[in-house]
Amino acid sequence: MSDAEFNFAYLDEQTKRMIRRSILKAVAIPGYQVPFASREMPLPYGWGTGGLQVTCALVGPDDVLKVIDQGADDTTNAVNIRRFIARTTGVQTTTHTTKATLIQTRHRIPETPLKAGQIMVFQVPQPEPMFRLEPRETERRRMHAMADYGLMQVRLYEDIARHGHVATTYDYPVMVEDRYLMSPSPIPKFDVPKLDQSPALMLFGAGREKRIHALPPYTRVEPLDFDDYPFERQRWESACALCGSRESFLDEMIMDDAGTRQFVCSDTDWCGAR
Amino acid sequence: MTETDPPLMRATGLTVRYGDRYGCQDVSLTLWPGEVLAVVGESGSGKTTLLRVLAGRLTPEAGTLYYRDAAHQEHDVFALPDAARRRLERTEWAYVHQNPRDGLRMAVSAGANAGERLMANGVRHWGAIRASTRQWMERVELETTRIDESPATFSGGMQQRLQIARNLISGPRLALLDEPTSALDVSVQARLLDLLRGLTRSLGLATVIVTHDLAVARLLAQRMMVMKDGKVVETGLTDQVLDDPQHPYTQLLVASVPQG
Amino acid sequence: MYVAVKGGERAIDAADQWVRSRRRGNRTLAELSVAQIQEQLHLSVARVMAEGALYDPQLAALAIKQAAGDLVEAAFLLRAYRTTLPRLTDSLPVDTGRMRIERRISATFKEVPGGQILGPTTDYGQRLLDFSLLGEEESPDANPEAPQDAQPGARSSVKRSTVATSAPLRVTELMGRDGLLESEQAAPGDPQPADLTREPLRFPAARPLRLQALARGDEGYLLGLGYSTQRGYAHTHPFVGELRVGQVEVSVIAPELGFPVVLGEIELTECQMINQFAGSDEAPPMFTRGYGLVFGQGERKSIAMALVDRALRAVELGEPETAPAQDQEFVLSHCDNLEASGFVQHLKLPHHVDFQSELELLRRLRADHGTRES
Repeated sequence: MSDAEFNFAYLDEQTKRMIRRSILKAVAIPGYQVPFASREMPLPYGWGTGGLQVTCALVGPDDVLKVIDQGADDTTNAVNIRRFIARTTGVQTTTHTTKATLIQTRHRIPETPLKAGQIMVFQVPQPEPMFRLEPRETERRRMHAMADYGLMQVRLYEDIARHGHVATTYDYPVMVEDRYLMSPSPIPKFDVPKLDQSPALMLFGAGREKRIHALPPYTRVEPLDFDDYPFERQRWESACALCGSRESFLDEMIMDDAGTRQFVCSDTDWCGAR
Repeated sequence: MTETDPPLMRATGLTVRYGDRYGCQDVSLTLWPGEVLAVVGESGSGKTTLLRVLAGRLTPEAGTLYYRDAAHQEHDVFALPDAARRRLERTEWAYVHQNPRDGLRMAVSAGANAGERLMANGVRHWGAIRASTRQWMERVELETTRIDESPATFSGGMQQRLQIARNLISGPRLALLDEPTSALDVSVQARLLDLLRGLTRSLGLATVIVTHDLAVARLLAQRMMVMKDGKVVETGLTDQVLDDPQHPYTQLLVASVPQG
Repeated sequence: MYVAVKGGERAIDAADQWVRSRRRGNRTLAELSVAQIQEQLHLSVARVMAEGALYDPQLAALAIKQAAGDLVEAAFLLRAYRTTLPRLTDSLPVDTGRMRIERRISATFKEVPGGQILGPTTDYGQRLLDFSLLGEEESPDANPEAPQDAQPGARSSVKRSTVATSAPLRVTELMGRDGLLESEQAAPGDPQPADLTREPLRFPAARPLRLQALARGDEGYLLGLGYSTQRGYAHTHPFVGELRVGQVEVSVIAPELGFPVVLGEIELTECQMINQFAGSDEAPPMFTRGYGLVFGQGERKSIAMALVDRALRAVELGEPETAPAQDQEFVLSHCDNLEASGFVQHLKLPHHVDFQSELELLRRLRADHGTRES
């Protein structure tokens, strides 16, 4: 089958319109999960179809696209997604955060601060922050409708009672504009502060679970915590072995059979630019 | 409580049907702040149905129910929006289930169970929540060393005490108790009843307690109501009703309690 | 010294090449053609169409070839392809009562009007490996004759079934006429059913939406759940009232013409299950129903679907919910094998950032533990 047989950005136009309507709803209600009729994409569910549908619904011929997975441009999943979008749209792609207009990401926010006019699209496996606490969707919907989030606070209480810390290190629950409890997708705790008052538009797509949620620019996003156990970012003892950074998220590499370890920036673009 | 305090709760003509049967039929009652009312009857009398209606958990086909809140506003309970009712459920109202497992979260610790209302109501200081839950555990005579254990490891009596603490920690003004001791060993019941008596008195808690056991009514309640087949057959001051029952059914009930 | 690894693109291309060469296999053997798959593996094609939720035997056969026989992967290819197709119009509801029947049986009565038509089935034979199939493959016939029909006379009530006579009335309709079986009622006002391809599934879901989800649900999953009901996890006393396989016309209303136009026929399998009776104060007791419908010949799936459909009606029939097959959130959230396969296999994707966070917390907790002990 030739590529001419695919519509621009793969999705048919009706689907794009449907997704855009859902995105608008999500932007109008920051942090609220908008159900949408997720379509099957040529990537499996669970591998980024939600983020992909959001990107494909928004991408235009003048966009410059960056795709990262775990912070890197060249991991297999990022490559696969970037090539798919390039193939079905012909848009320019980049590995530089500063040059991108549209960034699709799996599980990280770039270290380079985002600017107004940029759009971040997050791939979300499980949009519901309370899904492990309350398995029934009908009950969770009521909790969101009533802003009844005691259960999540209970979970944090338990962690502190048991471990002395909150035991959630990624996909950390946040309150949006003091109203909706939201999952920021499995980004590490380290990245959560980047969401608060960001000049960029943040969109979250969950294909398998069929939900879209959003943070419009300059939205208040606060991680849940206790006054006496405030939220803390992760810190490393070492610096990046390649660029010397002490401010970025570091991946741990096992170098040899003896177990020697080295730490390297997860954000390959950031690291390479320094 | 003074003579001129307005009533906390006013129920008129409450009726619930299950097909052809009446769960409760045309039941009216008034409850004043701080008083304890026992609803007594055999199983099938409608007493638990009535309690669930008073808790706003079962909508009657007929009748009205008014509750006066801490700000002295009277509300039609069945006209309240869901959010308002849920707020009352975790602040001003207590509901103690007969089986404590129905009123607890078995998957979280005792401390989390006890403290949940505080967290749901916006308390954000972990240390303060912890201190409060410890205090309440002591008040219901639970060992605070077990604060981090799951209630699944507690005995029935201890679970019931935890359920009580979980409800009372928010300082409710109304408590609805559904046979709180029936599921427990006889040997444990007496101590729990003592605890309840002490708490209702010291907290000035308006209470409706459902029971089939006249001794419980005698011990805890100033007033009592006798129900049979969904209807109220007799009401009055507890001592009067038990010592001088008027209705033949009440007489039967009283006579069947072993003396001595 | 650590050097960041590049070359992800080249690795992916190489992996793709390897898949292609693996798929082709031994080049001294003839390549499988899509047409051969469509004809000779028609039951695989049926399954892929059912779970891909797209009726196109040729495309399904292509997907099977491309997926080297992995049917879930093939269903995925079909469904993904469907996303790029424009939706032109909705057809009229198909009428299985007018099916051109190939196979039709009922377990509830020995004789039924219209007869028990065995059709093409292995149900009455023995499952012995037929080693004659190992021999040299037949060369294609230069002048193929009409396809062999079932041998007349082999069973007492076998009839030739390729002639388009009027289809027999369903057993379930006969029982319905006597008032023994609940009728299929549309909801009050006969509202347009929700369309699962246009809206996400939300709970509680009404029956039309549940049936749509079940129709494209994974056969193995529904088989297990249906089986569980038979083993006592919410037993529904099922009987197959009617099972029919055959061709059904698909029509659309052409806007320029204003009347229905037949586009063609599709093969469908329909199962009408008769279950545990129920009554109420207003209505006397009647048997209740379960329903299964799949693309192609998919009897196992249609029966399993009918069992699960009936189990999911527990709430509306006033039955206590005690078993997994009755829990619609559980059943329907996990029945789509594309979602399941995708998420289960996504664990192969890099998770090292998430894992890094966990490692770091674990180390910290272990350090705290160490200091607490001392």
